[in-house]
Amino acid sequence: MTVPVRVLALWSPDWPVTAAARAAHLTPDRPAAVVVANRVLACSAVARAAGVRRGLRRREAQARCPELVVLARDADRDARMFEPVVEAVEELAPGVEVIRPGLLALPVQGPAGYFGGELAAAERLVDQVAGRAGVECQAGIAEGLFAAVLAARRGVAVAPGDTPAFLAPLEVEELDREPEVDRSELVGLLSRLGLRSLGAFGALAAGDVASRFGADAVLAHRLARGLDPRPPVRRWPPAELAVELELDPPVDRVDAAAFAARTLAQRLHGVLAAHGLSCTRLGVGARTTSGEELHRVWRCAEPLTPSGTADRVRWQLDSWLVRGGRGAVDRLQLVPEETVGAGALQLGLWGDVGEADERAGRALVRVQALLGPEAVVTAVLTGGREPAERVRLVPWGDDRDEAASRVPAASGGEAGRASGSPVREPPPPWPGRLPAPSPAVVPPDPLPADLCDAAGDPVHLATPDLLTAAPRTLAVDGGPPRDVHGWAGPWPVAQRWWAPDGMAGSRLQVLRADGAAFLLFARAGRWEVAGVYD
Amino acid sequence: MGEGAAATGSVVGGEADTAHRLATARGLLRRLEDRAAGPRPAAEPGADGRVLPVGAPLATLLPGGGLRRGTTVAVTGTVGATSLVLALLAEASDGGAWAGVIGRPDLGLVAAAEAGVALERLALVPYPGADLVAVTAALLDGLDLVVVAGRVLHSSDRARLAARARQRGAVLLPLGPWPGADLELTCEQGGWRGVGAGSGDVGRLRTRRVCVRLRGRGVAPAGRSARLLLPGVAGRLAVDVEGDASAVDRPIADREAG
Repeated sequence: MTVPVRVLALWSPDWPVTAAARAAHLTPDRPAAVVVANRVLACSAVARAAGVRRGLRRREAQARCPELVVLARDADRDARMFEPVVEAVEELAPGVEVIRPGLLALPVQGPAGYFGGELAAAERLVDQVAGRAGVECQAGIAEGLFAAVLAARRGVAVAPGDTPAFLAPLEVEELDREPEVDRSELVGLLSRLGLRSLGAFGALAAGDVASRFGADAVLAHRLARGLDPRPPVRRWPPAELAVELELDPPVDRVDAAAFAARTLAQRLHGVLAAHGLSCTRLGVGARTTSGEELHRVWRCAEPLTPSGTADRVRWQLDSWLVRGGRGAVDRLQLVPEETVGAGALQLGLWGDVGEADERAGRALVRVQALLGPEAVVTAVLTGGREPAERVRLVPWGDDRDEAASRVPAASGGEAGRASGSPVREPPPPWPGRLPAPSPAVVPPDPLPADLCDAAGDPVHLATPDLLTAAPRTLAVDGGPPRDVHGWAGPWPVAQRWWAPDGMAGSRLQVLRADGAAFLLFARAGRWEVAGVYD
Repeated sequence: MGEGAAATGSVVGGEADTAHRLATARGLLRRLEDRAAGPRPAAEPGADGRVLPVGAPLATLLPGGGLRRGTTVAVTGTVGATSLVLALLAEASDGGAWAGVIGRPDLGLVAAAEAGVALERLALVPYPGADLVAVTAALLDGLDLVVVAGRVLHSSDRARLAARARQRGAVLLPLGPWPGADLELTCEQGGWRGVGAGSGDVGRLRTRRVCVRLRGRGVAPAGRSARLLLPGVAGRLAVDVEGDASAVDRPIADREAG
């Protein structure tokens, strides 16, 4: 059971109202409310003091508070106004994730270490936001995003390990606070069943919850117990999931950006759907005409829908463009930084899949740091006839698929390992290729060999497929001559005769009396060891 | 056993009472020994039952039916050692385990693929240079199987690496002599087939019969051996069906006498 990392959430209360009031240049002492479909979506603290509540009809709100300023909702504006807040936080702490306008989260470990304690870090960040962006916000610290957001609403820092205890007495209605997730049905059902606190809900067995309430309730149940909302099985998406769009001419207007965002979002979701994935953390990157690279990560409680993706991209572009000073955007990139299976909540059948790969990758990178990036390689089989020629070594971290299909420029002469060998597309039939088994030892540089007949004279090729005499002894790399027990071949090889590094010669398998077997290659009248059947 | 002695003691009395007290004392002693052995199981390699699979012909040879995590398995022999290492890696690698080979720039990777090793999970550090120990330790942290070849290491370095493997649950496979290894597999020559002794044989090297001997912890002092085809048909490990199949699990001395 993994404990989620400690998260610091910064929450600015009533953000839609704050943003709208700032846009309309209202002073904070005027009561204001954002109204959607004749209902109050959010209201300022002053309005709340006058009795305005979320969900009231507009007329009733105005009756309770006659001087109420009614504002329209504008999600773009909310996101745009929030950008200075994010930037203010980013000046002090890395890894900021915007959950939605008005709410952001970051791992607390780094800032806590830097500012000397979690509380000091939270205080510093709240000060920073107030000073730089002029926005009031509250901070909360707890394990996991869900608990951290609840802590931020209450302005408390939950001690390490106390998160379940902090969540337990809270009402189940807290599960339905996120505007993007509608859990009203579940919450209503739980209340009717008498499960009124998160603790009571969390005390149910996970299996019972899954069988009775469905997949979304399993997620809610994990939240209520203070666990990570998603199952711990996550994998880093491969690079090809990222989608890019070159904008020509460069985009400097918000409406054009919105159009680009929508097409790009649809492409991203097409790619994700083809892989059976959906995205829970989206990286939005852009390059400006002045060469500046902008990147921001959006985190989402639920897997993103195409329109949700488009909205986020549009908000992000909007805030970058409207702030100005950065020039037009000429390239846009969407990177799914974290994905889950499209089934949204599929608990891992095999436990920690992917963890081993990640662990191995870390170890290999460490060795690369020790010896240099070229020192750690993996092999890719490519087409070819010789054992050395069929292998291409790819430094760890490089793209293996690309290496397999790449046709390198033929390098001069020296038959170095794969690096000097010509590699072509690897369709299976390579006539003249050595059949299995292949030699288990392939010297990086061929070793010289002396093959002699019974009289002690060197054995040569009379014709490409005929030896001058039956070999009797074989000496490898200047070693003592040993008796030859048997041989097979010679098989002529002539390839790439048109190229300067082309080779023409014959192969011979030689079995010595001591049991060692060699693959010899005759080139220009000399024998060399191309492989040892160890 | 203690209860049995006690029961007879109560019936016969006298002389049997001494036997009863002796049995009680022995029981106490054994319990103390058990308790002293109690905290150790974590250090016992493979005690948690995590065994990396090997091909069926080798599984019958190895204690536990595979490579126990945390152990050091040395592979030695003048011929066939490289093929034997590849055969040991194959099954686990195919099942998703990560393997690394350090210090073998001349490893035949086509042969590795033929043996069944998944090349995308086979990391190679061909030239570790002076950092051989550090590189091996780093790979033991992250990979499941680490083959180390090259120079002979000091006994202190050997002990360090073996301890690291035990701690991380990896299998260290030294290619070459490694005093202190948990198991030692030695490949002995049987003979190649496909190339006749006479001149003008039109075959080619096809399979090799080898005798793999195993010594070490958890194995009878005389060791065990198995006759295998290494490489077998198409490069894969196989049982040598023509060889004496019943040779497996029998002490070498018996077999040679028989």
